[in-house]
Amino acid sequence: MPAGVTYEPIATTTLSTGASTITFSSIPSTYTDIRLVFALNTSSNNRAAYLRLNADTGTNYSQTFLSGDGTDALSSRYSNATVFYFTDGGQSSTVPTFCTLDIFSYAGSTNKTALQTVSGDKNGSGWVYRVVGLYRSTSAITQILITTLNADTFNAGTTATLYGIKNA
Amino acid sequence: MPSTYTLIKGETLASSAASYTFSAIPSTFTDLVLRVSGRFDISNNGGRLRFNGDSSALYSWNRVTAISIAEASNNTTYGSPYDTFVYFPGVNSSTTTADTFSNNEMYLPNYTASAHKPVMLNNVMEQNTTSAGITMLAGLYRSTTAISSIALTSDGGGNWVSGSSFYLYGVKNS
Repeated sequence: MPAGVTYEPIATTTLSTGASTITFSSIPSTYTDIRLVFALNTSSNNRAAYLRLNADTGTNYSQTFLSGDGTDALSSRYSNATVFYFTDGGQSSTVPTFCTLDIFSYAGSTNKTALQTVSGDKNGSGWVYRVVGLYRSTSAITQILITTLNADTFNAGTTATLYGIKNA
Repeated sequence: MPSTYTLIKGETLASSAASYTFSAIPSTFTDLVLRVSGRFDISNNGGRLRFNGDSSALYSWNRVTAISIAEASNNTTYGSPYDTFVYFPGVNSSTTTADTFSNNEMYLPNYTASAHKPVMLNNVMEQNTTSAGITMLAGLYRSTTAISSIALTSDGGGNWVSGSSFYLYGVKNS
């Protein structure tokens, strides 16, 4: 099922130097869904980031996590949060962790559901996460901000790409 | 803006085969997406994923699995460092409901980069009875060589049955 013209890169960012934020702004409303793809690789061992939509700092975000580290399978939840969290548990500073975020009907006038994946195996440690998220806003999403935690920075070479997906 | 997500190769097996290999994968994309609908002719429902014909201990993986058994769900996790393949779980086996094939997806970012390669797998095996399940896996291939081939085999020495299908897509970010 080649998606052909229905799957298009909207924008991509590759950092030439370390930076604490990556922003996609002026996201067009011409797609059905959007997908964010990036490798989480930071300057310290925190290896965590958060994501904010439309610069909204309200308590409009919630997430339910299923995760495994090879020893324990866990489920957890954040309610009334001010961001979507990405993390792989701070296991390594040399191996990138692969992350995706799908936001469905991002330009619609209902709350936004999201599916998040984090895949961070570190050869004997690391985590796998699958997360369902909800952004309780009826506004179309026009901006995505990815930010590191605790004054950390994304390493040079970090690439993030935003794709648009059309259903017709 | 250019379109992306291009079919590199797709095939449905006309007869059973011990392995399926995508070779001579072009280096012109940013990421690769593999989609498999598969079934094995043995009771083992696990497969093996290898890159570039490499069977050395450069692979590792972590998985979390939810299996439907007596209770509503049973979540387990397992990790395997220094392995010789990335585990490819959740393929329908000979003991599952007949004529039922799994639904498996792998995402491999930056497959031509001179860096270690993280792997994401989402695999589903449903059969309208117990022991169906979903597995989510993070894998790592500690090689800095661009990936030019992907091979899929059974973990238990079985065969992919006729009707198993394999599709490889290339994704460009610009």
